Amino acid sequence: MEAVFATLVGLFFTAAIYLMLSKFSIRIMLGIAILGNAVNLLLFAAGRVTREVPPIIPAGADTLSVDAANPLPQALILTAIVISFSFLAFLLVLTYRAYQDLKTDNTGEMRVAEPDERPMPPLGY
Amino acid sequence: MAAPANTAVDLSAALVTAPVEAAHWLVILPVALCIGLGAILMMLRDRTTWHGWVAIPGLVLLVLVDAALLYKVATEGPITMVMGRWLPPFGIAFSVDLFSAIMALTAAIVALAGGLYALGEITTSGRRYGFFPFLMLLLAGVSGAFLTGDVFNLYVWFEVLLISSFGLLILGSEREQIDGALKYAVLNLIATTLFLVSVGYLYAIFGTLNMADIAMKARVPGNSAPLMTLAGLFLLAFGMKAAAFPVNFWLPASYHTPRITVSALFAGLLTKVGIYALIRVLVMLLPVERAGLGPITTAVAIATMLAGALGALGASDLRRLLGYIVISGIGTILAGVALGSAEGLSGAIFYALHSMVLMTALYLLAGQAARLGGGFSLSALSGLYRQSGWFAGLSLVLFFAACGLPPFSGFWPKVILVKAALDTGAWWIAATILLTGFLTTIVFGRVFLLAYWRPGSAPDAVAPEPIIWQAGLPILALTALAIGFGLFPEQLLHLTQLAAGGLEDPSAYLRSVFPEGGGAQ
Repeated sequence: MEAVFATLVGLFFTAAIYLMLSKFSIRIMLGIAILGNAVNLLLFAAGRVTREVPPIIPAGADTLSVDAANPLPQALILTAIVISFSFLAFLLVLTYRAYQDLKTDNTGEMRVAEPDERPMPPLGY
Repeated sequence: MAAPANTAVDLSAALVTAPVEAAHWLVILPVALCIGLGAILMMLRDRTTWHGWVAIPGLVLLVLVDAALLYKVATEGPITMVMGRWLPPFGIAFSVDLFSAIMALTAAIVALAGGLYALGEITTSGRRYGFFPFLMLLLAGVSGAFLTGDVFNLYVWFEVLLISSFGLLILGSEREQIDGALKYAVLNLIATTLFLVSVGYLYAIFGTLNMADIAMKARVPGNSAPLMTLAGLFLLAFGMKAAAFPVNFWLPASYHTPRITVSALFAGLLTKVGIYALIRVLVMLLPVERAGLGPITTAVAIATMLAGALGALGASDLRRLLGYIVISGIGTILAGVALGSAEGLSGAIFYALHSMVLMTALYLLAGQAARLGGGFSLSALSGLYRQSGWFAGLSLVLFFAACGLPPFSGFWPKVILVKAALDTGAWWIAATILLTGFLTTIVFGRVFLLAYWRPGSAPDAVAPEPIIWQAGLPILALTALAIGFGLFPEQLLHLTQLAAGGLEDPSAYLRSVFPEGGGAQ
């Protein structure tokens, strides 16, 4: 099961990086959404994916037995999912606002803050 | 995880019912205070005149609490408080050592200065959009990041400060701000996601997220885990947050767009949190890997210093110019990290503190300069010396401090760093630090020439209003700090040396987390 997830995580990262390299803001957003999920899935799979055995450390041992899933990464991604969801929501609004205000979704043309022809600082007076 | 394997489970150790020492609440107080004030200010959203009356006393209180915390840590050593009395490494720990405490105090001072300036600058509409609540939540994130002793918790505080910084960045919703914020938001989000990946791997390798526990386990020789890859990921993630050279382009794209108070706070707080996390993780948690990454860190540090200085030379907007100076400062701090010796680290910490105070002061100064001299562009800004002699003198002090000229606060950390570099034979680092100082001097020399000495284009057409106290007081106070630390550096130097020593040999830190050496195997 973990091997399948590992492959899936790899595919997710590939797709996310490919999309984020695009110039168009909406593709970048899709890439970020997939990136967040790739990371969550990575953490989830790293804690083992089983459900038969309750995660209780037996007496005398100091780690979980190998057939129990570690609950801590699951707790971590619960936090991470909430955070990445709220960020994505904010970013989507920001992107839409940028599209409305800057009249483009091409980040190559978003040069309001950094104009293309920046004046040189004066060389003397 | 870390419980002794050969003994029966000792329940008495886990069932601690003794209350937390009253003084230990200081550890959590800065964060709790900021979140509480943020919530109160959020509730007072419509009563904008009250915001200042709540926020400024709150910030003063925060400075006092952080000062008390620093005093406590300086006299008694690192303090740890575990949430819910779940003993480490299981509970989330807040561990404060000198490095954390001194960074938190400086951050609070910088925020107080920014808050005072905001009283005069942020209008009613800015307050209704939530400037003060965002400021408090930003500080909660910054303080939390400085004080936490848990790596995942550090990630959460990073996100807290990031989302508040988005709110501050787009205050005003101008086209420029939206453009800058989009780049800032996307690149910073990718950086924190990288950080999260690294945290995941860290947990997979060590089975713990407690910093002290990791520091102990990483020092055990013969670990076959891919720690080098992990350290590399951390370096990339934190380098991106700190705006180190190849991944620094979000900073000059966005830092000149928001209100000047916001720029000042960002320049003082945000990149320094990245640097703090970098030092904490690479130097304290993974020292062997930090040494292995030395050549890369050195190259990054040199490139960052030069890129910052050259960018500042080519910038014609005063705020963008200062953004590049922030970057070159980050390079100087990284140089100390790259050297890795206790002396280099102490120089890096000193420089970080100096840079927090100085960059905030410079941005606030730029705000006043633009008001007096007619805009941020160097081709328009002029005649400041004629406007106000004392303002020009104040600026000169801050410019000298930024260039690293004595007797101001920028001088000492650079001396320490150059000496540390020469001691380890890394003359190229020393040379770059000096070259950067020289280039920065040219940058600020030109600013002074153009903005201050050049006669104004329309002299005395409309005399600008004099500087109000809300703007003058914070600049004056921060300048006084820059002069004070330049003239009397011994105390701070001593503290930074102790802080650097505590990072190199974190045994006191470990003892505060595991009083009985319970986690040591």
